[in-house]
Amino acid sequence: MRKLALSDEILLSIDKPARYIGGEVNAVMKDPGEVDIRFAMCFPDVYEIGMSHLGIQILYDMFNQRDDIWCERVYSPWTDLDKVMREQKIPLFALESQDPVKDFDFLGITIQYEMCYTNILQILDLAQIPLEASRRTKEHPLVIGGGPCAYNPEPLAEFFDLFYIGEGETRYFELMDLYKEWKASGAPREAFLRRAASVPGIYVPSLYAVSYQEDGTVAAMEPVCEEAPEKVQKQVVTDMTTASYPEKPVVPFIKATQDRVVLEIQRGCIRGCRFCQAGTIYRPTRERDLEMLKKSAYAMLKNTGHEEISLSSLSSSDYSQLGGLVNFLIDEFGSRGINISLPSLRIDAFSLDVMSKVQDVRKSSLTFAPEAGSQRLRDVINKGLTEEMILEGAGQAFQGGWNRVKLYFMLGLPTETEEDMKGIAHLAEKIAEEYYEIPKDQRNGKCQIVVSTSFFVPKPFTPFQWAQMCTKEEFLHRAYVVNHEIKDQLNRKSIKYNWHEADVTVLEGVLARGDRKVAQVIRRAYEKGCLFDSWSECFHNELWEDAFRECGVDMDFYTVRPRAVDEVFPWDFIDIGVSRCFLEREWEKAQKGVVTENCRQSCSGCGAAVFGGGVCFERKN
Amino acid sequence: MNVRIKFRKYGCLKFIGHLDVMRYFQKAMRRAELPVCYSEGYSPHMIMSFASPLGVGLTSDGEYLDVRMENPPASQEALSRLNAVMAEGIEVLSFKALPEKSGNAMASVAAADYEVRFRPGYGPKDGWQERFRTFMEKTSIPVIKEGKKGPRELDIRPMVYGWQVLGEVICLQVSAGSAGNLKPELLLQAFADSEGVELPPHALLVHRKELYMDQGEEGTRSLIPLEALGEEIGRA
Repeated sequence: MRKLALSDEILLSIDKPARYIGGEVNAVMKDPGEVDIRFAMCFPDVYEIGMSHLGIQILYDMFNQRDDIWCERVYSPWTDLDKVMREQKIPLFALESQDPVKDFDFLGITIQYEMCYTNILQILDLAQIPLEASRRTKEHPLVIGGGPCAYNPEPLAEFFDLFYIGEGETRYFELMDLYKEWKASGAPREAFLRRAASVPGIYVPSLYAVSYQEDGTVAAMEPVCEEAPEKVQKQVVTDMTTASYPEKPVVPFIKATQDRVVLEIQRGCIRGCRFCQAGTIYRPTRERDLEMLKKSAYAMLKNTGHEEISLSSLSSSDYSQLGGLVNFLIDEFGSRGINISLPSLRIDAFSLDVMSKVQDVRKSSLTFAPEAGSQRLRDVINKGLTEEMILEGAGQAFQGGWNRVKLYFMLGLPTETEEDMKGIAHLAEKIAEEYYEIPKDQRNGKCQIVVSTSFFVPKPFTPFQWAQMCTKEEFLHRAYVVNHEIKDQLNRKSIKYNWHEADVTVLEGVLARGDRKVAQVIRRAYEKGCLFDSWSECFHNELWEDAFRECGVDMDFYTVRPRAVDEVFPWDFIDIGVSRCFLEREWEKAQKGVVTENCRQSCSGCGAAVFGGGVCFERKN
Repeated sequence: MNVRIKFRKYGCLKFIGHLDVMRYFQKAMRRAELPVCYSEGYSPHMIMSFASPLGVGLTSDGEYLDVRMENPPASQEALSRLNAVMAEGIEVLSFKALPEKSGNAMASVAAADYEVRFRPGYGPKDGWQERFRTFMEKTSIPVIKEGKKGPRELDIRPMVYGWQVLGEVICLQVSAGSAGNLKPELLLQAFADSEGVELPPHALLVHRKELYMDQGEEGTRSLIPLEALGEEIGRA
């Protein structure tokens, strides 16, 4: 029988002990004596969130296919267990073997959002690994980061030995082979880091020196040894169909956020919304073959026993064989009690028809993401969705029996005026009016329109990476304008308005475009007790503010400061394929409100064609 | 046809609560590709009911669930298909067809067998076995039970149908189910109170051995294990 790292007394005194016991269906067990590399793969948030992440499932499966590697999972202990582990000095352990992470060869951490940065320090701290990479020795695991936030790794640079820039399916095995060679050689840790730096996509922060201008912006970032390239190239899978995809994902005992089979139908997005980081860093758009997806769906449903299957992509409607796939899923699984969930679909006749087949129209709601309230501003952000399309989609949906609509917007977008803000209320009102045009005896009671706004955070590698962010007060003012305008609408009783918290957004803005100077603040905030910052009940803005003050780091420098077009950014050393000059062009066009066509309409020469695959070559074969 | 499944829950799976065990079996049925019947409607669910929720921290050799199936496979085959897709910590022990018109598992439960131990380091002083015997000689053991309408006094002695102390283990047969459910922890708490010792949470290791239904006539008790009602399904 498996032995657990935590005693019964501890497990029975904390919330959801199942988070920490491993042993789930499809969890991979190996004999530690039979493997050369122990890899701890971590999602630095609570189990239910981490277990829902597709990327880790893919890499977990990929690593464990190799006999010489055992990849295990690690998630953030919730605050109740965190306290016990500190008091009793229990080292953080991996779920499968329950062995301490500090004895592993690698600790891989996926960095999916900025508000998990203090959790990364918690992981290192509880694992009893020195927080700074510079203090680690051969006794410690190599700590490697990846995921979207690795596209600006600088605020976390001192805490990581390596970062992996790009998609894990491509270079990890090469890195592992190099590690085995180095381990056998007995050479110092530094020697491995230097060799690793020459693997495409691998960034070793300790091998680069950053200098700053007098105004605090980056002057230059230079490699300090030959092995480290000046530019680190993002690595992408060119053929999604032959890339590794798990057939036996781990099935949690407790309900995870994603308690279903997830079928990744494509990677990347053709749309080019100017605020969207995923839209650039995952370029080019690459589709998976329909037949491969059908096979995966069968295998994954059989091996997990899940009662639901969901499609995953940034914009499912753009998948060229969507009709074929959805009809297959409905025909094949619909009658077997399997729910089919179709997120990120554009609302049109096709999607409404499909959705009416797979869900209860009366109970479900439809989602639109216009992102901005006016056509002018939607052109600025290059959101190719017009008011006409929204009203027509909503009208068709209402005719089809739906009466609940969710609308997502951002406030604080570049060039936003009061008219744009009020446009949010007006659009919601027009949708409500569309509903009440249906004769009373043919409609299903009142309609319910839920308007949600988040606050805009400029992200690296987007055309808006130069944009100024709003202050907290300005954000709240804008939410107030929207709220007030909604209250003035005729159908205000059918419209509900929610807005996001402003202070956490400002902090996200600092971390997103931060540099190496921000690291000390993250550390200070962590020492003050900041943890699980993405959980509103755990977020303590005042502690963060104190940390910034004590470290002498000015938040405004990273958020509200205007950036010159030629400013050197901390993340400029990464080459994502999409060129800086394309982003500059887009930034200019945005300010003129000029739209750019999507990748299938015409190629805008963003640079992603350099990878030699995907949508860039669709018509050339 | 309704099928009664008996399973055992051991090891790390004692940390999985009842609702999650239900979800676990729904998924296990699909992994084993058993022909479970679904309810009608837009969100169909498996027609499945469990006999008696087992608390977190407890292990058991006698857990039951009833499932409706269309043409179930032979018992042996169903067992091997289910056990092939189990996680360590749950093992399916029997798979039997229920006669028509038998009550569901939950309504049938009348009694349960438990084995209770003190977790090492948490027991009362040496020689407690003798004092426990004296304690059980009493004709009434009143306890205060927190109910929905506030605390009320309850005599739990009549709910203990049988008991025995074997070395460090207390074996109990107690009333269970909707008519009156006695958790062994409550009895042991009363004993600890009589000893004047604190019984901290998790001081007890509780293991359920079996669940019974009562086939006796008015006034007499005749307990049979829940699985005794079902019949082995042979090969077609």
